[in-house]
Amino acid sequence: MMLGYKKGMTQIYLDNGDLAPVTIVEAGPCFVSQVKEKSIQVGFGKTKHVNKPKSGHLKELKLKHLKEFKVSKPEEYKIGQEINVEFFKIGDIVKVRGKSIGKGFAGTVKRWHFTRGPMSHGSKHHRLPGSIGAGTTPGRVEKGTRMSGRMGNRFITVKGLKILRIDKDNNIVMISGAVPGSNNNLLEIYKQ
Amino acid sequence: MNIVEEIEKKQIKKDVPSFKVGDTIKVLSKIIEGGKERLQAFEGIVIKRQGHKWRETFTVRKIVMGIGVEKILPIYSPAIDSIQVIKSGKVNRAKLYYLRKLIGSAATHIEEDAKN
Repeated sequence: MMLGYKKGMTQIYLDNGDLAPVTIVEAGPCFVSQVKEKSIQVGFGKTKHVNKPKSGHLKELKLKHLKEFKVSKPEEYKIGQEINVEFFKIGDIVKVRGKSIGKGFAGTVKRWHFTRGPMSHGSKHHRLPGSIGAGTTPGRVEKGTRMSGRMGNRFITVKGLKILRIDKDNNIVMISGAVPGSNNNLLEIYKQ
Repeated sequence: MNIVEEIEKKQIKKDVPSFKVGDTIKVLSKIIEGGKERLQAFEGIVIKRQGHKWRETFTVRKIVMGIGVEKILPIYSPAIDSIQVIKSGKVNRAKLYYLRKLIGSAATHIEEDAKN
């Protein structure tokens, strides 16, 4: 498990000549800030200003983001230990968790891929949701009925991504495919 | 320059010879067959160069047993071993699509560029 920033997407050539889509992630270096019974707390990101409660907790470490991860053997870690991109190997399958881009209050066409009605020939049924259930029986709207509402801006996990390149000097890992959020989004990367 | 642009720039190989549309070139591409790697040659006329930066591709056309064959290849692909320019041609088009309609020697003959 590691924390990182999404830096953008591009394409790279693989050795067999295939052009693969990749996301460039600035991963780490992360530092262990606390060791618990079944988990460790990991911090990432440089910051100048650490408020008093946080600096009392972190002591000399100056970290922006803190995140707790469950580990099978927490006794193997000690406070201040660095976790860098060498945590991963090329070919590792990972899952990436991050906050997706917020879409605001979205209609059913955008949010649930409803089909829209005709836009012309006298139609007034352009992007309406249509029926939301039967009449007197059951006499209520079923729970979980797909309707308009807030879309995006929530945590999404993408599984089965592959580490294609590791650049130790710049703390860069290249992950196949897309990951949630816009550029400079905070990501959690787990080994699968 | 941000890190994404730097990575994109690293993809561009420097040992690729300069060639233009209308040139006759020979491309040696690496092919893995039964666990063994060998080189396959493809010689023909460049009819198109498309895209930019590390994404640029080119199209080579030749006539095999009376049938036109075209290969689209990325210029900076690691699967390409080498590119040799055999003859430089003089053409008045950026894309030589008109060669597809021609029959016989007209389809393969391009006036040689006197400058090179």
